[in-house]
Amino acid sequence: MLGKLTWTAIPFNEPLPLLSGAVVGIVILAILVTVTVKGWWPYLWREWLTSVDHKRIGVMYLALGLVMLLRGFSDAIMMRTQQAIAIGEAQGYLPPDHYDQVFSAHGTIMIFFVAMPLVIGLMNFAVPLQLGVRDVAFPVLNSVSLWLTATGALLVNLSLVIGVFSRASWWGYPPLSELAFSPDVGVDYYLWSLQISGIGTLLTGVNFVTTILKLRAPGMTYFRMPVFCWTALCANMLIIAAFPVLTATFMMLLLDRYLGMHFFTNDAGGNQMMYVNLFWAWGHPEVYILILPAFGVFSEVVATFCGKGLFSYRSMVWATLGICVLSFMVWLHHFFTMGAGADVNAFFGIMSSIIAVPTGVKVFNWLFTMFRGRIVFQTPMLFAVGFIVTFVTGGLTGVLLAVPPVDFVVHNSAFLVAHFHHVIIGGVVFGALAGINYWFPKAFGFTLDERFGHASFWCWLIGFYLAFMPLYQLGLMGMTRRLEHIPDPSWRPLLLVAEAGAIVILCGILCQVAQLYVSIRTREQRRDLTGDPWNGRTLEWSTSSPPPAYNFAVLPKVEAIDAFWQMKRTGRVPAKPAYEAIEMPHNSPAGFITAFFATIMGFSLIWHIWWLAILNFVAAIIVVLIAGWSIEREEEISADEIAQMEQAR
Amino acid sequence: MLRRLVRKTDSLRGPRRSRSAVGAALLLASCTPAGVLDPQGPIGSAERLLLINSTAIMLVVVVPVIVATLAFAWWYRASNTQATRSLDESYEGRVEFVVWSIPALTVILLGGVIWLGSHQLDPRAPIPGKSEPLRVDVVALDWKWLFIYPDHGVATVNQLVIPAGTPIEFRLTSATVMNSFFVPQLGSQIYAMGGMITHLHLLADQPGEFPGLSAMFSGDGFSWMRFVVKSVPAGDFNAWLEQVRGSGSGLDDASYAELAKPSRDVPPTTYRAVEPKMFERIFDQTTTGSGNAGIGGPAPPTHRAGG
Repeated sequence: MLGKLTWTAIPFNEPLPLLSGAVVGIVILAILVTVTVKGWWPYLWREWLTSVDHKRIGVMYLALGLVMLLRGFSDAIMMRTQQAIAIGEAQGYLPPDHYDQVFSAHGTIMIFFVAMPLVIGLMNFAVPLQLGVRDVAFPVLNSVSLWLTATGALLVNLSLVIGVFSRASWWGYPPLSELAFSPDVGVDYYLWSLQISGIGTLLTGVNFVTTILKLRAPGMTYFRMPVFCWTALCANMLIIAAFPVLTATFMMLLLDRYLGMHFFTNDAGGNQMMYVNLFWAWGHPEVYILILPAFGVFSEVVATFCGKGLFSYRSMVWATLGICVLSFMVWLHHFFTMGAGADVNAFFGIMSSIIAVPTGVKVFNWLFTMFRGRIVFQTPMLFAVGFIVTFVTGGLTGVLLAVPPVDFVVHNSAFLVAHFHHVIIGGVVFGALAGINYWFPKAFGFTLDERFGHASFWCWLIGFYLAFMPLYQLGLMGMTRRLEHIPDPSWRPLLLVAEAGAIVILCGILCQVAQLYVSIRTREQRRDLTGDPWNGRTLEWSTSSPPPAYNFAVLPKVEAIDAFWQMKRTGRVPAKPAYEAIEMPHNSPAGFITAFFATIMGFSLIWHIWWLAILNFVAAIIVVLIAGWSIEREEEISADEIAQMEQAR
Repeated sequence: MLRRLVRKTDSLRGPRRSRSAVGAALLLASCTPAGVLDPQGPIGSAERLLLINSTAIMLVVVVPVIVATLAFAWWYRASNTQATRSLDESYEGRVEFVVWSIPALTVILLGGVIWLGSHQLDPRAPIPGKSEPLRVDVVALDWKWLFIYPDHGVATVNQLVIPAGTPIEFRLTSATVMNSFFVPQLGSQIYAMGGMITHLHLLADQPGEFPGLSAMFSGDGFSWMRFVVKSVPAGDFNAWLEQVRGSGSGLDDASYAELAKPSRDVPPTTYRAVEPKMFERIFDQTTTGSGNAGIGGPAPPTHRAGG
């Protein structure tokens, strides 16, 4: 009746996961009780859970990413602490089977449920505004994407208290992830949560590529789009091309695990290297799915806070497109050490280092944008400068890893761990934080506190260097990644420095929480009434903060790059616009309800509760079909109403 | 010039000290160099040299960029009244040319380094040496390493004894999940995978003891999957062989099955004799799934790693 699910699935004998699960449970319960007592349910349901407004969906993605950042970061602190104490004779406080779950969950969560939601959240919020349009191409689909991503995150967290999570790392390389070596439900949690959220991500890709290609304000040609939209376009094209590969690969592994097939097993002709190739055929483009939008954020931030147009917009665009294409030609550099021949290794090594050319061009372009600019050091700009300085050295170690013989000695070492945290924290995380600080006033109508913003920046920057520079050194000293126990006591000092760095980053996260708290408390003093707090250049700053549901009462006419800047300069902001009626999509519970069924379906598949899985799969499909065939999905806001609303602002 | 950057040689004794000082300084060394920065053979030395040279090539670009970023950020801050500003300028053809040229030239140089380095340090390429190579077959097990000396009919677990100055020719496979065979001070690592055989050539210049490990996560006992490489003078190696042959038990199918069971922190062990073709039999066993949870089926094709 309940498949593999029994009371033994709950780890009563292990206090740590149970305790953390209990804390999470209590927090969730407290939130639910508060919402119920205060009677916020109708508001939440109407304005958020069923919202198809891209701005609301963007904010919810960002909230999901930030909450999951706390989870992923607590995993990081646990790992650092284990490595700092489990040295020589000491065994530390985490047994291998628990430690292995912690690092697998850390990687999975940070990539799929922190970095992806942050990046997709920013794209959701900013892209339609920057394009000067009223929503994405498929608003209801957008809501489905969000809630399927949330389903994945929920399933990963469920594994904390019911069953176990994968112990096969965030790659899930077979044969370790095959039934023969990982018989428990951990890998199934990993696979199903990523399969379900992966569908959401793919739909996001379809949605945004369509939006950017088909919906732009009048006059916004491709070469007048803000660079962030270009990077979003490239990232979403990569999503469309890469995510199906991941889904198919995971499906083959699932067939191995559920139906005894032999795609990747040791025996019966399975080929584990095929998984590795396919995984990285998705995995390397994924890196650029994350970093390209971050590059886009920095391009907007640098131009805005230097008071100067981006240096050489066109080469920025071509560099972005170049990275987009090249990102599919480098996947083998993740496994130079699997015994490919010299020609193959050399080819992929050279292709990988070629990516440094467009990336280098971008860095120079930001640099020349700063040159003779008027630089205002608000928090987003601090993150941008911190990013440039940090990212070039991270790129340097990346190119080192692209030299096959160098990779032969640092592959899978702490050096590699340091490298990808270098570019992901220094690039993606700094980009997301810069973007959040930059667009927050647009989303909520008041600015974020600068003191705590600056403090969080410095903590992140210093903490990052303290945490990861020692890992470079440790990698060269022969420390490999994913060690639950440290064999060499002479590594202790550097591991302690790394632990200290993680604590400084924790301070940075706490500063951000404080920043949010203080800013919300003092929001009345920090209201942004102009809609343009930074003297912005692109269209999102031309509407009010927060923008009305329809974004622009009258769609802007675009005549140049940096359309809003151009309007401000030529004074061509229409004085008395002629309002027309606007069709807006209805709210739709389709996304939320689909995800509700998908969650139960995923859970039942993990535990082999077949009848429940089938029932919920059918239910989810029915919801999608109903939503797909419903006719009346738009409501009209009349011109008079719009005139009134615009007057009131 | 390129060839000098990637030279595969053991005549690095002279410049080595100063280079390692530079390398150590570059890489924020705070401890005595060990591991990859303290190579004990030609492969490791050449790889360290490549590491340092590639870093140096890129630092030529990276350091000025960092300095310029900080300098621009400081000088063009809004409060600086002395700074010249030109807020309308956003394109300049000559600058544009330079912007593409600098990274392109750097990468062209590095591309040459990569091409030559990959070919000269190909793990399957034999090391030109004075003596015949010693053949060693490596099997990754849960969670220990089995070393079979096919030409001498002995085997060891978690310790690899080799004669200094003799090239070693490894064949590697795994009887369990993926692992990576790595001796940081000797250089190149290579994956050991079930159903596949990979090849590696290494050489230790001098006698000494070097830690070895698995560099690919392989499950709960992974942290303990370490071994020691003992490089001994050529004469001592034969004496060691004699000693091994005179004591302990032999490795046959039964004792192998016992050994293959998961265990961790296994002390170094030796086997007096090994049945012929043991490595090939282990390889076949893995691919047919005997002793594994597989379903079986027709004789599977074997895969060779790489191209």
